[in-house]
Amino acid sequence: MVVPSLKLQDLIEEIRGAKTQAQEREVIQKECAHIRASFRDGDPVHRHRQLAKLLYVHMLGYPAHFGQMECLKLIASSRFTDKRVGYLGAMLLLDERHDAHLLITNSIKNDLSQGIQPVQGLALCTLSTMGSAEMCRDLAPEVEKLLLQPSPYVRKKAILTAVHMIRKVPELSSVFLPPCAQLLHEHTRNRLSCILLGTITLITELCERSPAALRHFRKVVPQLVQILRTLVTMGYSTEHSISGVSDPFLQVGGHSSKTMTNTSPLSSTQVATNTDTSRNAGNAVLFETVLTIMDICSAAGLRVLAVNILGRFLLNSDRNIRYVALTSLLRLVQSDHSAVQRHRPTVVECLRETDASLSRRALELSLALVNSSNVRAMMQELQAFLESCPPDLRADCASGILLAAERFAPTKRWHIDTILHVLTTAGTHVRDDAVANLTQLIGGAQELHAYSVRRLYNALAEDISQQPLVQVAAWCIGEYGDLLLAGNCEEIEPLQVDEEEVLALLEKVLQSHMSLPATRGYALTALMKLSTRLCGDNNRIRQVVSIYGSCLDVELQQRAVEYDTLFRKYDHMRAAILEKMPLAERDGPQADEEAKESKEAAQLSEAAPVPTEPQASQLLDLLDLLDGASGDVQHPPPLDPSPGGALVHLLDLPCAPPPPAPIPDLKVFEREGVQLNLSFIRPPENPALLLITVTATNFSEGDVTHFICQAAVPKSLQLQLQAPSGNTVPARGGLPITQLFRILNPNKAPLRLKLRLTYDHFHQSVQEIFEVNNLPVESWQ
Amino acid sequence: MIKAILIFNNHGKPQLSKFYQPYSEDTQQQIIRETFHLVSKRDENVCNFLEGGLLIGGSDNKLIYRHYATLYFVFCVDSSESELGILDLIQVFVETLDKCFENVCELDLIFHVDKVHNILAEMVMGGMVLETNMNEIVTQIDAQNKLEKSEAGLAGAPARAVSAVKNMNLPEIPRNINIGDISIKVPNLPSFK
Repeated sequence: MVVPSLKLQDLIEEIRGAKTQAQEREVIQKECAHIRASFRDGDPVHRHRQLAKLLYVHMLGYPAHFGQMECLKLIASSRFTDKRVGYLGAMLLLDERHDAHLLITNSIKNDLSQGIQPVQGLALCTLSTMGSAEMCRDLAPEVEKLLLQPSPYVRKKAILTAVHMIRKVPELSSVFLPPCAQLLHEHTRNRLSCILLGTITLITELCERSPAALRHFRKVVPQLVQILRTLVTMGYSTEHSISGVSDPFLQVGGHSSKTMTNTSPLSSTQVATNTDTSRNAGNAVLFETVLTIMDICSAAGLRVLAVNILGRFLLNSDRNIRYVALTSLLRLVQSDHSAVQRHRPTVVECLRETDASLSRRALELSLALVNSSNVRAMMQELQAFLESCPPDLRADCASGILLAAERFAPTKRWHIDTILHVLTTAGTHVRDDAVANLTQLIGGAQELHAYSVRRLYNALAEDISQQPLVQVAAWCIGEYGDLLLAGNCEEIEPLQVDEEEVLALLEKVLQSHMSLPATRGYALTALMKLSTRLCGDNNRIRQVVSIYGSCLDVELQQRAVEYDTLFRKYDHMRAAILEKMPLAERDGPQADEEAKESKEAAQLSEAAPVPTEPQASQLLDLLDLLDGASGDVQHPPPLDPSPGGALVHLLDLPCAPPPPAPIPDLKVFEREGVQLNLSFIRPPENPALLLITVTATNFSEGDVTHFICQAAVPKSLQLQLQAPSGNTVPARGGLPITQLFRILNPNKAPLRLKLRLTYDHFHQSVQEIFEVNNLPVESWQ
Repeated sequence: MIKAILIFNNHGKPQLSKFYQPYSEDTQQQIIRETFHLVSKRDENVCNFLEGGLLIGGSDNKLIYRHYATLYFVFCVDSSESELGILDLIQVFVETLDKCFENVCELDLIFHVDKVHNILAEMVMGGMVLETNMNEIVTQIDAQNKLEKSEAGLAGAPARAVSAVKNMNLPEIPRNINIGDISIKVPNLPSFK
């Protein structure tokens, strides 16, 4: 006994009855099994019902490909019911990607030529939805015949099918070109708006595809205009169809713009003034008119009329109308900037909308309307918007503001303020080059250094989570730390900033888990720079730097190790290397900011592992040269971006001339193979400074451990001891310990030096205190 | 050009989905989900236009939607269509459904999906607007339904019997049939429509 199959409604009922997803799947799978069995058995009576159920299941997302062949069978059947479902199935299940779709071509051909009207309609509908290129080519003659059939129902469908065919196979344009004129003629006789709608669409499509068609239809333009006029004057606006008719109408008008005679502007104005705007359809027509006016290069008066219509729409209470008005204004703003400017206040009002679509449009339009005269006011509005806008608009808003600021900034200080504000409000959404741009900008504005660094310090003290802000702030504090501590800046309230506070802040940035590795790099470099800018001792900085020498991040570790070496071995070069940055040449707004960054990095981080030809004064001379007036676009030749290339290049320079009168080394201590040597350097640009390098060597058989060297000088001199390179000297000429003494002798008082050594040697602790005799005169004169 | 027409309820369950461009089944389901996600976030008193999601083609395409009680009607169109015109079209569509189903409600759409497809096919074809005159559409649909009914044959007999009984005017039936008389007076059966 065959169980009668479910009707579609019953199946739907069952599926809705399922309480869980799993239950629904069960029901559907059971039913699909029945359907498959039924298809296999080839039951013709209920086939359409089975396919209808399958289509429903397909809509819910379940696989239904096994129904494809059934569609073919149903289409081939002679009953209308079957055909209806079959064609629907073909539209939903078959498309160009499946080879099976070609098999229905023959059925469609038969239906088109011999079927009754509804069947022809079905066939045309299916063809226009899923017809592939091959199908279109095969069936073009059939469709062409139907274009000129007396029945309007079939004709309108045939026209739209023709449009689809032209889209798929452009060569068919030639086939469908001749009937168009006749179709237009028909309209003037019969006034069937649906045919007109279809015909206009067809003509539009043809004009878009080929310029030859365009020329052909130019002759038709007066006829079109006439039709439009009659439509308007006869008050056809009461029908819904008017909007559909007029839109493509005016699009066609737009396409044949070049030979538009005077008649068309007149008709446009007529439409504009006569259209009843109390209904949606009327508004739609008006919008299209406006767009046409803009497209066809009308006279200025007409364009102003168009913009004013749009302005009026902006004040409409209906949000939809405002949205479309904003969209249209956006299209016009490039060509008619001044006319749109008049409506700027209204546009800015729309920024405050809660509706996301509207505010997005308003944002785009506002950004387009910014110019040099209204930039301050607009920026205020836009910044207020940035603070309250939804997150998906933030990135666009931020980058828009930054771009506009760059183009129209009235003063540098305003520009810096604006960028600062954007960074604090929406820091995470700005583009990557914003940081580089800002540093460039600040670097170039010398008079604003103090101001910028104070403001950035304040901003950083409040919040260290916005990475771009932190990076710029760290860079600035590093560069201009001395200005920060100097305490006086007339543009902001005076703020007393302690050295300790600054260092603490930078350390906080370094340690914070919110900081990106790049940010940490900035902070570390800033700390290093501060070691020369600040007057206190550098122990704290040295400590931090040496901690990061064992950091897991390779970049940070490398920097830290290099800086550490800079402290220990190349301390005499440190001041020069960490001088203020010269302003790099800027290639353009988006240009090689990365190159500039790497130049910075190359300059600083490659300083330490440089070959052992100090030639300190030579180096310093050249760095002096490079540190030309900041803002001066002096392109220093050795500063090429290849990492490590910069300073190695400099240091490869020839040895002549030798440094002025080198002071000879002095051996001050010797005991059981342990020796202590002093070497002196007096940097020429700082005559009060004397750098003494103490070297402890061990030629004995036993190691020297726990080596500590301390020194004392007369009160009129200042002594600074750097950390030693270590406290162990291995036996038999192992690696010596070096330590740097910095002595400041501004009064050129005679130099006296007392040394105290303690170390363990041969399992004995040794302590020695002695005064250094025979100090060379050149060391203090 | 209209790229897709979707009808789904407040929970995102699709009641009708028609695509006028070839998308794979997976993509179709994803588009439905994405569109529901975008449209359901909207407030009640904002405008009816949205930027299209990524799957449907990004910001060149727009979603024009209308929310009627428990159903969302969403038309995904590209930039060549007039937004207000399409909004109008949705209105016409719903009014046509109302006329064909007699005070249409969500259940009507759920249980007669195929009929809704047929009505839609009379209005939008191949992604282009075919007919906007409601009366025309309804006339066509009625003609096609009549055709279907007349073909129904045996399978339709129970349904026709039921509708015949509904339409029967009971008082007219004669209480006594004179069996003795050869000519039996046949009651005046109403004609099937």
